[in-house]
Amino acid sequence: MDRAVLGWAVAGGIAYALLPWYALEDGIFGFGWLSGYPTDRAGAPALVQALLHGRLALLPVAVFLLAPLAVRGVRGAGARPALLLTVGAGGTAWIAVQGFAVGGQPGIGVGGLVVFAALLMLFCVGMAAKGAFNGDRFVSGGIGTVVTLVVVFVFFPVSCVLVGAVEDSSGAFAPSEFWAKLSAREVWGLDCLSSSAGCGVAWNTLILGVLVGASTTALGLAFALIVTRTGFRAKKALRLLTVLPIITPPFVIGLAVILLFGRAGAFTTFMEQAFGVVPSRWIYGLPGVWLAQVLAFTPIAFLVLIGVVEGISPSMEEAAQTLRADRWRTFTTVSLPLMRPGLANAFLLGFIESLADFGNPLVLGGNYHVLSISIFFAVVGAQHDRGRAAVLSIVLLVFTLGAFYAQRRWLGRRSYATVTGKGDAGLHPPLPASVRRLVYATALPWAVFTAVIYVMILFGGFVETWGRDHRFSLRHYAAAFAVDVTEFGLHWKGAAWNSLWTTIEIAAISAPLTAAVGLLTAYLIVRQRFRGKEAFEFGTMLSFAIPGTVIGISYILAFNTPPIELTGTGIILVICFVFRNMPVGVRAGIAAMSQIDRSLDEASLTLGARSLTTIRRVILPLLRPAIVAALVFSFVRAMTAISAVIFLVSANYDMATSYIVGRVENGDYGLAIAYCSVLIGFMVLVVLLIQFVVGRRRLGRRAPTQVSLEGIPA
Amino acid sequence: MRRKSSFPKAMLLATCALTTLVLVPAAARGEGNLTLYCSPQIEWCQLVIAEFTKATGIKVAMTRKSSGETFAQIKAEASNPKGDVWWGGTGDPHLQAAEEGLTLEYRSPRLGELQAWATNQAKASNYRTVGVYAGALGFGYNTELVAKKKLPEPKCWKDLIRPDLKGEVQVADPNSSGTSYTMLATMVQLLGEAEAFEYLKKLHRNVNQYTKSGSSPIKAAAQGETTVGIVFMHDAVTMAVRGAPIKVVAPCEGTGYEVGSMSIIKGARNLESAKRFYDWALTAAAQSLGAKAEAYQVPSNKGAATPPQAPKLGEIKLIDYDFAKYGTSAERKRLLEKWGKEVKSLPQ
Repeated sequence: MDRAVLGWAVAGGIAYALLPWYALEDGIFGFGWLSGYPTDRAGAPALVQALLHGRLALLPVAVFLLAPLAVRGVRGAGARPALLLTVGAGGTAWIAVQGFAVGGQPGIGVGGLVVFAALLMLFCVGMAAKGAFNGDRFVSGGIGTVVTLVVVFVFFPVSCVLVGAVEDSSGAFAPSEFWAKLSAREVWGLDCLSSSAGCGVAWNTLILGVLVGASTTALGLAFALIVTRTGFRAKKALRLLTVLPIITPPFVIGLAVILLFGRAGAFTTFMEQAFGVVPSRWIYGLPGVWLAQVLAFTPIAFLVLIGVVEGISPSMEEAAQTLRADRWRTFTTVSLPLMRPGLANAFLLGFIESLADFGNPLVLGGNYHVLSISIFFAVVGAQHDRGRAAVLSIVLLVFTLGAFYAQRRWLGRRSYATVTGKGDAGLHPPLPASVRRLVYATALPWAVFTAVIYVMILFGGFVETWGRDHRFSLRHYAAAFAVDVTEFGLHWKGAAWNSLWTTIEIAAISAPLTAAVGLLTAYLIVRQRFRGKEAFEFGTMLSFAIPGTVIGISYILAFNTPPIELTGTGIILVICFVFRNMPVGVRAGIAAMSQIDRSLDEASLTLGARSLTTIRRVILPLLRPAIVAALVFSFVRAMTAISAVIFLVSANYDMATSYIVGRVENGDYGLAIAYCSVLIGFMVLVVLLIQFVVGRRRLGRRAPTQVSLEGIPA
Repeated sequence: MRRKSSFPKAMLLATCALTTLVLVPAAARGEGNLTLYCSPQIEWCQLVIAEFTKATGIKVAMTRKSSGETFAQIKAEASNPKGDVWWGGTGDPHLQAAEEGLTLEYRSPRLGELQAWATNQAKASNYRTVGVYAGALGFGYNTELVAKKKLPEPKCWKDLIRPDLKGEVQVADPNSSGTSYTMLATMVQLLGEAEAFEYLKKLHRNVNQYTKSGSSPIKAAAQGETTVGIVFMHDAVTMAVRGAPIKVVAPCEGTGYEVGSMSIIKGARNLESAKRFYDWALTAAAQSLGAKAEAYQVPSNKGAATPPQAPKLGEIKLIDYDFAKYGTSAERKRLLEKWGKEVKSLPQ
């Protein structure tokens, strides 16, 4: 008898007979359940639940667990794997079905989780035994785990939302409502062409996305050209400016823009006093949202494009010049066309980012409505129209998936463009003078503008009332982060400590998990060949394209009731972050892994190491850049995400961003800004720390460039 | 050695930490606990729970969300409620929750101590909710901007449709804000439906933005981003007390009001604690806390001290607001749809 089969079956059996099957009110480490164990209804294992408490639906699970033990008696090569497959598939399916079908059960707990995992692993062992995945159990188990996780934490919740689209307010099936909501004038109306009334949200969203995509790409290209093709002095400062927006919590840029360009803003007041320009509200609406989003997303375009611009082989350009093309001609006919895939990629990332953005349209949108905001207010607004939210979610999903599809096609091309750059000893020709002037004229004012915005943000935390009373004051920091020294030690008095600790805890837990799941998935995609790989890859990347608001609502709908009951816990936040940020880990892992020669792990395998050992001893040490990338990004995203989080925070797990939103709602900008400044500073430290600990020597500045290949939806 | 093991070690640590998170109680529930959904501003919420814990020893886990968000959450959690009491926030979503059977019928022994408008709220909902404070609708304007533009001071609803205020008025979108829906319903009751919509169409020309949140307009006015903000008067008072150049106005024609309410969520896990909180929150002592947290609503307990800065309900011309009628889902939906079709879609 096989040790793996025996091991999993025994583990499942022990969990079935001994561990509490259901989730416990005060957790398994509350140990309150031990007092009534094993007969007490709440903490009883499945065996007792079935026999004493009449939960007969749990009995068949035992049959599935016992069956593999009888495998010894089964003859014939094909019969064994077939039995394992039946047991695994049947057992997991049974647990899921009875969880939904049998009412009155609490959420599934440790016992149920272990039994489910054991049955799943039996299924995977069966697959491997049948010859799938080259008979490699680790690969089979890895794929089984990732697929199950993605189905449970991405597909299941999202389908819960989509079902809502075809229901009326009472929950009955009503496809006609779906059509009415989808074709509504406020979604697709074109009134803005003929009158001063606004267009539908769908058009607004598209227009904004295209404008932001184009602008960020142009600016990103200008920055990339300055850094790679000119003798500009302060390149390091430019790079720093590009990192800042990524670690900036939402709302902040929008608020700073208001305080500069709002009707009572600094710039507006100056223009009025100096030139008599009548202050107006032009910033609210498309111009303001566009400005804030371009500020926030230009760095992403820059990071994508700098890789592309650097990667273009100088020998091509040198060849052009040898053939007597002047600099202008070389630039327009050789350099630019070679950048085209990168440009398209940057454009699509900016587009997707703009669609998913929540904070800036909320602060600056005025009467210009976009989908992400409309979805949020369809749920929390006075109408409470969840069906409408679902329909708008579908429109947004179609947009992002469409863009995502296009992006993936371009991503594939992009890699050809850059990889060939290796081994070229040539030098990039300098830019033609006209282009250089243009690039300087575009990028440098913008860099100064970004710097001004950040100075204003920092400044805002230290004044009495931002925009009105600019006397120096520490009261916002004191209100948020005061600490008392008492006889019992430190007393964290400030109002922000609670949410800050929670945020750090959740981010610190989810970052390594995201990295682990992401890199495992990347390994499976890059190093293994199996049927359905395309679908597998797409499934793991899907959560990337789903806007945060949709994810937030879907998690509430899916995980508030048994069998999976997670709302109100910290774990729902962790899970949300892990699966939202996993694609970044996957892409970083794929990028890094494809640079490692396959012969290395083949050598390890030939020498008799198993897949797991190979990963641990050979691949992981070579993957440090990808690990850093995944860790940094998931940490930062967990600290700055807002749109999904706002639905999932609970009494005991409040996050920094949702706390800040509350302050902004309350008009308490000073505290919000002070908190944001602290978060920014903290994240800079963490990023440096992670780089230092995990792999400073090998990475240098490669990590940020790699991460950046993936956009980061809000 | 360190290099080899750091990654697995980190994973192990993370796994342990995660397990702790899963298994350690989200909220230790039992006799002495309460999960509170709180809709007013957070300072008030925090003060209330601190005082309640001091008075009873019951530990409170509190989530602050706007009344719309809270209603959405309670509805989403209906099959497995997580909260016990929903305290504060404008009355309409409370009535809606009562109408949909999301909240529990409870007659507090303290009902007799309350103002008539608070008990009317309870009667309208079959005792599934009760009024805890009231606030009149009005508007506030930025005195600096009015002086600079040499505008006459707006005193009445009809002043807000003057052509010289074009692009100077801000109000929330009634589709997303209970405050603004109160205004819509107030106008309908004050002027009659046909005339109310004529008024709103004229107002539409002057509105520079329909905000999402109910109190945003007065914050914008305080910042100087708009001249007039239509809000609940107590929100305007808060801004004025903080030193913003805001003048609070009770419209001369008369105005509507909200009844901030409280409900026990049906299926509350800590029902005993919930009832104790409910009774305590209706006491004069508990209701006098608002002013300390810069909340200038009028308390519903007759014995509670009304903050001196609070708008005096007695001096404001209040309409006889029909909460029962305008709180129903059907009427709300009808008015909102009509407003969307006839007012919002007009060019400005």
